[in-house]
Amino acid sequence: MVNIPSSMDDPIPPAEVEDVELYHSHSWWTTYVFSQDAKVIAIQYSMTAMAIGLVALVLSWLMRLQLGFPGVFTFIDAERYYQFITMHGMIMVIYLLTALFLGGFGNYLIPLMVGARDMVFPYANMLSYWLYLLAVLILVASFFAPGGPTGAGWTLYPPQAVLSGTPGGADWGIVLMLLSLIFFIIGFTMGGLNYVVTVLQGRTRGMTLMRLPLTIWGIFTATVMALLAFPALFVASVMMLFDRLLGTSFFMPAIVEMGEQLQHAGGTPILFQHLFWFFGHPEVYIVALPAFGIVSDLISTHARKNIFGYRMMVWAIVIIGALSFVVWAHHMYVSGMNPNFGFFFATTTLIIAVPTALKVYNWVLTLWRGDIHLTLPMLFALAFIVTFLNGGLTGLFLGNVVVDVPLSDTLFVVAHFHMVMGVAPILVVFGAIYHWYPKITGRMMDETLGRIHFWVTFLGAYLIFFPMHYLGLLGMPRRYYEMGETAFVPPSAHSLNEFITIVALIVGAGQMVFLFNLFWSVRHGKDAGGNPWRATTLEWQTPTTPPPHGNFGKDLPIVYRWAYDYSVPGAAEDFIPQNQPNDDRISREPS
Amino acid sequence: MAVVLILVLVAVASVLFHLLSPWWWTPIASNWHYIDNTIIVTFWITGVVFVAVVLFVAYCVYRFRHRPGLKAHYEPESRKLEFWLATVTAIGVAAMLTPGLFVWHQFVTVPSDATEVEVVGQQWLWSFRLPGADGKLGTSETRDVTSDNPLGINKNDPAGLDDIIISGGELHLPMDKPVKMVLRSIDVLHDFYVPEFRAKMDMVPGMVTYFWFTPTRTGTFEVLCAELCGVGHPQMRGTVIVDNDEDYKTWLGQQQTFTQLMASGETKTVN
Ligand code: HEM
Ligand SMILES: [Cu+2]
Ligand SMILES: [Cu+2]
Repeated sequence: MVNIPSSMDDPIPPAEVEDVELYHSHSWWTTYVFSQDAKVIAIQYSMTAMAIGLVALVLSWLMRLQLGFPGVFTFIDAERYYQFITMHGMIMVIYLLTALFLGGFGNYLIPLMVGARDMVFPYANMLSYWLYLLAVLILVASFFAPGGPTGAGWTLYPPQAVLSGTPGGADWGIVLMLLSLIFFIIGFTMGGLNYVVTVLQGRTRGMTLMRLPLTIWGIFTATVMALLAFPALFVASVMMLFDRLLGTSFFMPAIVEMGEQLQHAGGTPILFQHLFWFFGHPEVYIVALPAFGIVSDLISTHARKNIFGYRMMVWAIVIIGALSFVVWAHHMYVSGMNPNFGFFFATTTLIIAVPTALKVYNWVLTLWRGDIHLTLPMLFALAFIVTFLNGGLTGLFLGNVVVDVPLSDTLFVVAHFHMVMGVAPILVVFGAIYHWYPKITGRMMDETLGRIHFWVTFLGAYLIFFPMHYLGLLGMPRRYYEMGETAFVPPSAHSLNEFITIVALIVGAGQMVFLFNLFWSVRHGKDAGGNPWRATTLEWQTPTTPPPHGNFGKDLPIVYRWAYDYSVPGAAEDFIPQNQPNDDRISREPS
Repeated sequence: MAVVLILVLVAVASVLFHLLSPWWWTPIASNWHYIDNTIIVTFWITGVVFVAVVLFVAYCVYRFRHRPGLKAHYEPESRKLEFWLATVTAIGVAAMLTPGLFVWHQFVTVPSDATEVEVVGQQWLWSFRLPGADGKLGTSETRDVTSDNPLGINKNDPAGLDDIIISGGELHLPMDKPVKMVLRSIDVLHDFYVPEFRAKMDMVPGMVTYFWFTPTRTGTFEVLCAELCGVGHPQMRGTVIVDNDEDYKTWLGQQQTFTQLMASGETKTVN
């Protein structure tokens, strides 16, 4: 690695990495389609993720129509309903959020924010996107395959996932789902290695680890976790594929299906659950940590104040990442595993609450004595704090093993995870898009449309998911195509379900405003200039906007300070870019 | 300003909704009011934190919103404050976890006088089995399931011959007697869930799972399946009726044992 001077008084040698002509692409195809430029790949990832995410959104409307008005929409039968649930959940978690945060924001922001020309392995990075696209296409194909997509729930629990009582279980659905996951994971691994190596090896001079913006810390840690967690899903998928296609019995015990003895024997369904959640729990944080990182930077920039407790924030991200590998079985308290596991997993789970809470405190303390600009990114960041806090606190119910017993598999769980890993990260995605759009396109997104979008999304999502907790407390199970006549469910609960459905449709419509804004502003948005938010990090200091291939023109920037020199006493402006020399010695970055 | 008002409204409305909404848990019918108490403790602690943080955010936005000339304070970190916040949080978390673990200990410790009641799940119905006069359930095996032995009871195990078989999905239990629900499935995952009992547990083919409780009031309660088990999942219903001693004995007297059923050839494929 380059020798980085440890004290700011050392003379700093000039950048060695110069822009090299050879490296640029020369044809339209290699510039825009088979591009190796991380920024183009980022946009490809993001557009694909949003397109498939739109499918998941439409599926959520259909599910809500059925739940709010059971029996009215006759084309939604039980089979379709379970297929919708499964595809909705899987797409939202993996093909939208994971792809968008890591493939999208990761690709765009890592090289720019660490001061690199590109990812370290651009070719593998390009392959990563094309494998992701292939995975998405296989997933979409399952909608048209005989028997339709799988309806096993996004958790794909065997044995039902591969049996005929579940849609797609004995047809193509589950096979295509597993294949798609396998390709996704291979593709992700290629991208993920890039993100990690680029953060570790590609940083420009002066960019020490403890000067990285928290966005990068979040994406970096999430990627390391994903590289360690996805293999568990990978083996589980391969084994289940063998069970389904070759008749092995990794997860299949002796089974009598509809009166018929099956050939399987000796496998254990619980093993799959352990593998799935060994991946699945870290997955929650793979989505959450980039959101944590990004929201920290949004708050700091738009409150014109350094993030409070930067080092604590970094350590909290790392500790949460590490601990999240030893809490997976909190999803299995009532799975039938040895109940004594409950003591261990409840304890680890509640311990994670402490670093997580500290992050929330530090976000709010960053607002304290700030100079809060209520821009669109700031509004979304505030909404994130509210929804994440809400979802995090209900996590304390579900993590506390005995409290989980009545609540697990009810709508309380659905409400909880939507709040914490659905709504909260999506709000950050929106905030981040409003924030970085001017860098990506050179134009601002429309403010009025953005505000409409914000209020509809924030308040709507809260109205959908907050009351839903109480239906779960009442005892309504999740994954119910229809409640039917159930003595303990009062008619008022059905009215609440209708209300939730109507709000969900409105929130969905609100997203169309966003999409319109996204495309319209490319040409018609206000001119943004290079640094409209007056931010300190390197991506805002590029010679041109949007940044050129190679990002920084002839010389790479040299970093002299941390990412949070906002409102430094004695400074002329209320921000000092990271690449501004520290002659004045007024920064007080923690060290 | 709208932002401040709406943030305050979110906090206040959430609390009011909690207090006033008609949707709350079903009246309990088991000994697990400890679980309800832990939920109440958790609601209190989390509710206070939620309201405090949201109101604090609202105050910050009100007080420090951008006005010409306003400049943010520069303060990278405060060890002392972070230490105190960490400590207070840890105490709050411990206050929820500790009672939780105590109750979990009770939940996993089955009293020695609990009667075993077996529940067998299959797509998409429930069957039950009670130990006969010997007080013991006979062994069983998914491989032994046939159309006239739908629960796969081992015919060579004498303990099983007097077991009482209840198909048709209606189980009776005596009030105030602890029961250990022994759970089995012959096809896919299911989950035996009665909201009024507050307890539930998955049923996993190839293994036997369990939980225990004591019914504390008479009544009729609906059994739901709480683990997605295929397209019939929401229709998989059953009934548990908690009786006083006398009614229970009358009901029990009318049930047939495994031997009787085999003899009369009445057990048919339940599908
Ligand atoms: C307004 C937006 C959304 C609405 C209205 C919505 C609605 C729903 C509904 C009705 C269900 C089925 C609940 C049930 O089990 O009965 C569901 C399940 C699910 N949703 Fe969403 N959702 C939304 C956004 C999201 C987002 C952003 C995520 C990303 C994490 C997400 C992830 C999931 C998952 C993982 C499931 C579970 C699927 C399963 O049970 O297998 N949803 N959603
Ligand atoms: Cu988890
Ligand atoms: Cu079920």
